[in-house]
Amino acid sequence: MTITIQYLYYLVGLVLAVTAMMTLRDSSNPRRFSAGLFWALYALVFLIGDLLPPAWVGAVAVVMALIAGFGGVMGGKHQPRTDAQYLASAQRLGNKLFVPALAIPLITMVGTLSAKHLVFGGVPLIDPKNSTLVSLGIGCVIALVLACKMTRETPAQGLRESHRLIDALGWALVLPQMLGMLGLVFSDAGVGKAVAYVTTTYINMDVRFVAVAVYVIGMALFTVIMGNGFAAFPVMTGGVGVPVLVGVYHGDPAVMAAVGMLSGYCGTLLTPMAANFNLVPAALLEIDKNAVIRAQVPTAITLLIVNVFLLNFLMFR
Amino acid sequence: MPVDLNLWPLIGVLIIIAGFALRFNPMLVVIVTAIGTAFAAGFPLDKVLAAIGAGFIKTRNLPLIILLPLAVIGLLERHGLRQHAQNWISSIKSATAGRLLIVYLAARQLTAAIGLTSLGGHPQMVRPLLAPMAEGATENRYGKLSGKVREKLRAMSAATDNVGLFFGEDIFVAFGAIVLMTTFLKEAGIEVEPIHVALWGIPTATAAFAIHAFRLHRLDKQLARDIAAEKKVAQGESA
Repeated sequence: MTITIQYLYYLVGLVLAVTAMMTLRDSSNPRRFSAGLFWALYALVFLIGDLLPPAWVGAVAVVMALIAGFGGVMGGKHQPRTDAQYLASAQRLGNKLFVPALAIPLITMVGTLSAKHLVFGGVPLIDPKNSTLVSLGIGCVIALVLACKMTRETPAQGLRESHRLIDALGWALVLPQMLGMLGLVFSDAGVGKAVAYVTTTYINMDVRFVAVAVYVIGMALFTVIMGNGFAAFPVMTGGVGVPVLVGVYHGDPAVMAAVGMLSGYCGTLLTPMAANFNLVPAALLEIDKNAVIRAQVPTAITLLIVNVFLLNFLMFR
Repeated sequence: MPVDLNLWPLIGVLIIIAGFALRFNPMLVVIVTAIGTAFAAGFPLDKVLAAIGAGFIKTRNLPLIILLPLAVIGLLERHGLRQHAQNWISSIKSATAGRLLIVYLAARQLTAAIGLTSLGGHPQMVRPLLAPMAEGATENRYGKLSGKVREKLRAMSAATDNVGLFFGEDIFVAFGAIVLMTTFLKEAGIEVEPIHVALWGIPTATAAFAIHAFRLHRLDKQLARDIAAEKKVAQGESA
């Protein structure tokens, strides 16, 4: 039996379905029906999404965005334990508390590295295409068992804790997937080609340093718009990198690719479009939604300027 | 301009910038942009919905990394994980938020550079461990912290995880981005060795570490200044 990513979709679908039910029955939630519907729809996307016609799933995504956009996703009140209870239990369990928390990354790492060796009778145990995510899933299940044993809680309490944290995150949890979808729609619609055409037509690249700066800053700006350096790379490298930096100025393409992609990452540090790295952590840490981006701006801008000079010197050495 | 090139989809870029700038709900901005861009490309209504649906299904892997650890982290938090992380760091007398984050930055970058990108992350490392430790180390020196200082420490913890991951993983030769880059260049008729792309990432990665570590080094002084200023204001009010 191979554990594929599909199993994780079922697992997440079940967790979301339970969350939807808990939300519907949560009288402390001022929007329990619309929020419950939101999580129920999201559960369906994971449980049967690939069986439905794509247009139906598209309609589900639109309804979810409308519910979230008009304030329909709110959390209930979750009673925190008292400070004394937290401290007492922290003292009782001590460093043991770190064990399940650190087990997640450790099992993920071991699973990812050993995935190609875990083959029984010709059948791999972990789907090699998604070995990291599948190992993460296995790590989380094992860590949950460890945590339940140690704290003498039931998995049902684990689901209640999931519900509490999902309530705290709200629609921000779905935003990364919405943005990923938008990136795919952009490439279907040919946005990248249009942007490359506009930049190469209206900026004079007869001066080599200007061309280098256009490539580096263009990678960052395009990543800011698309939320992902992978989407920006083909556009800027196809539009400016290959024809101008390599074609006209005969630069080293390996340096161009390396510095270009890392300039894209500077853009990732600056944009709300990279929700998984910027907005979701802010929601998880219960701080202003742009606080993480603000903390990253000085590093990203300085590094981008350094990159213009690095590329200019290293590419034409 | 090539005959088959349609510039109308650029309207999507304008919608998304305007939407975020005017602070509309991001979920609404994204769905309106997706619909607008697909219409501008000349898709009929059913194809617009199908493009959105297909994209939404293909990207289902994205929330897994956040959703899966929640039950464990929630249970451990219920039993005092964050409080314990704070107590643990305060037993190390020389620890400051800046020093802690510099050590974490180096560890995150080095492990990502050898392909161990999963040894970190926001739900399983930053929220339950790193941010409480940064707060604990600071509290240990200055006593109870204001909301503003707390926010700064948490934001910087998340930022440090991101910087370490981004500018470490790209040096790892088997990383997906390197494969993507060499495949793209090959199609454009340019052969490059993946290892060369990985190695030429090192100068930028080093610069990233230097810049961010310098900012973290200054963070300690900044915190001392901010907290002193806050105390002064508080004393002024009570006097």
